[in-house]
Amino acid sequence: MKTREVISTGNDLAALAAVDAGCKFFGGYPITPSSEVMHTISDLLPQRGGYAIQMEDEIAGICATIGAAMSGVRALTATSGPGVSLKAENLGLAQMAEVPMVLVNVMRGGPSTGLPTRVSQGDIRQARNPSHGDYRSITLCAGNLAECYTEVVRAFNIADRFMQPVIVLTDETLGHMHGKAIIPTQEEVEKGVVPRKTFDGNPEEYRPYGVGEDEPAVLNPMFKGYRYHFTGLHHDAKGFPTEEIETCRKLIQRLEDKVMNYAEEIEYNEEFMLDDFNGEEGEVLIIAYGSVSLAAKEAIRHLRKDGVKAGLFRPITLWPSPAKRIRHFTDMVKNVLCVELNIRQYTEEVERVSGRLDLEGLYKVNGRPISPFEIVEKVKEVF
Amino acid sequence: MAFNYDKYLRLEKMPTLWCWGCGDGVILKALIRAIDKMGWSKDDVCIVSGIGCSGRTSSYVDFNTVHTTHGRTVAYATGIKMANPDKHVICVAGDGDALAIGGNHTIHGARRNIDINFIVINNFIYGLTNSQTSPTTPQGMWTVSQKVGNIDPTFDACKLAIASGASFVGRETVLDPKKIEKLFINGFKHKGFSFFDIMSNCHVNLGRKNQMANAMENLDWIDQMTIPKTKYEKLSDEEKLNKFPTGILKQDESAREYCDMYQDVIDAHQGKRKKITQDEFKKKI
Repeated sequence: MKTREVISTGNDLAALAAVDAGCKFFGGYPITPSSEVMHTISDLLPQRGGYAIQMEDEIAGICATIGAAMSGVRALTATSGPGVSLKAENLGLAQMAEVPMVLVNVMRGGPSTGLPTRVSQGDIRQARNPSHGDYRSITLCAGNLAECYTEVVRAFNIADRFMQPVIVLTDETLGHMHGKAIIPTQEEVEKGVVPRKTFDGNPEEYRPYGVGEDEPAVLNPMFKGYRYHFTGLHHDAKGFPTEEIETCRKLIQRLEDKVMNYAEEIEYNEEFMLDDFNGEEGEVLIIAYGSVSLAAKEAIRHLRKDGVKAGLFRPITLWPSPAKRIRHFTDMVKNVLCVELNIRQYTEEVERVSGRLDLEGLYKVNGRPISPFEIVEKVKEVF
Repeated sequence: MAFNYDKYLRLEKMPTLWCWGCGDGVILKALIRAIDKMGWSKDDVCIVSGIGCSGRTSSYVDFNTVHTTHGRTVAYATGIKMANPDKHVICVAGDGDALAIGGNHTIHGARRNIDINFIVINNFIYGLTNSQTSPTTPQGMWTVSQKVGNIDPTFDACKLAIASGASFVGRETVLDPKKIEKLFINGFKHKGFSFFDIMSNCHVNLGRKNQMANAMENLDWIDQMTIPKTKYEKLSDEEKLNKFPTGILKQDESAREYCDMYQDVIDAHQGKRKKITQDEFKKKI
């Protein structure tokens, strides 16, 4: 793959990734620490004939984004935790009506207004179920500068494949980190674009939601002769409201199965220094994601120098979780340390999939990043 | 020959879920006739609706249709319109949609003067959810949430739209279907944010506890509240109390439309024109 070297920030890279992936619309609202995504994309989009609009509130930001996406273009919104809370209802509509779009959440301290200018990973659970009802959220989590670019690109392709919103989590540390990143060239990204499926048969026979039991809807662009209906209500094959018992059950089951039956397609992990793990005494498995994984890697280098056989498992697709792979390692390794900038939000998922209740954890919720030495100390203290 | 609505209706969705005698059907028919007179292709029209009785409008008509969340019609429509500036976007919302939960979007859609046609079906009550007070419920009226009379001051939707910067604002009532049609056509022809306050009856949920339990009584009440703009202007301030003028209340053809202005932004970013200065915009204030 052809790459290029850039000096940039996580927020700028997220904006650049969106336009390179063919995004034509951005609807947003200012919020620390994600605002720079809007600042940058409001230059980039008009340069390439797209549209960026600062809406009157967070809710309007996502509504305009979904509206544009319904009409057939790739669309982005960016925000932080309080903004996701406000957008939640309409994320639910995009899940229900199967509208593909991407939401970038640059996480800051919460709950409520929390610590606007400081880092946190407090929105992991929120990303799993931002809105009410049954559906499967797809959530990706960038772990370094380059991934602020590549994960946004991946999110657009996943959104169009699964026909639903995709959340990309970054955080204040990554969003404002300024440094070198090696990212794919624009041509490479354009080559990798898989546009959403469309129906080109007789409009009379078009059934946007009349698809297989675990398949996503096939939504044609608006204004092209295929007139159909979007709704947040339970709906039939043509998209019209219904309360018919079987239709309702099948619809919600399909929203679940279209993701869970194909979760392996989107599973994406990094396994750092785990090659030599074989279940022997003294091995230390660290599970971390996002910006924390940078500190974890540094810590592992130090631990290895000190003779501790440590390695990192880093999920990049957080939801659905890489259950099998986590179980593989937690079955093999006795000493497991979860490191998060929240209190046990992903640890609980690791507990669930591993069936283990003896996981150690290092959790920090004071708005400051975790340093490699805190992790080194914790490992030496507990194992 | 009588107008044939079949071409524009999703006949398999008939009958509507609206109550007998509801004004929503009158507005739906006027909307269809207006679109027909505009000569717009069905493929070029998008109808966006919110939540409530009015929200069902979108599912009955054979256009590109979107049934959104409560109050968010204009926000969704903004995305649709900006991404497709040459298409026709019409929002249909209720008074609760447009003035309560979605009031902010009404203000800012109007302020931007984006070319969206915003029809508010104003029946003075939350009808679908069984008679709760809406922003337009007149003071003193019975609702299920205010059983000893509504104490919230009455709200004039058109005054909000005018103050917010909508460049076309008009009001009619379901007593005059022809006038609604004409108002729609004038608004659809207008480039910019067109706001229509269409007063409608809800004898079932507003009327039943307010001495107008049948449609005609409810319509009579709307009739005595409304008065053509020219006559309204001649009234004294005291006579104007609790009266609403009908007709075109504002039409400003000089105000620039949002997507049109955004083209300047695109051109500036693409180096086809210099940076935009304040002088280049007609000052609205």
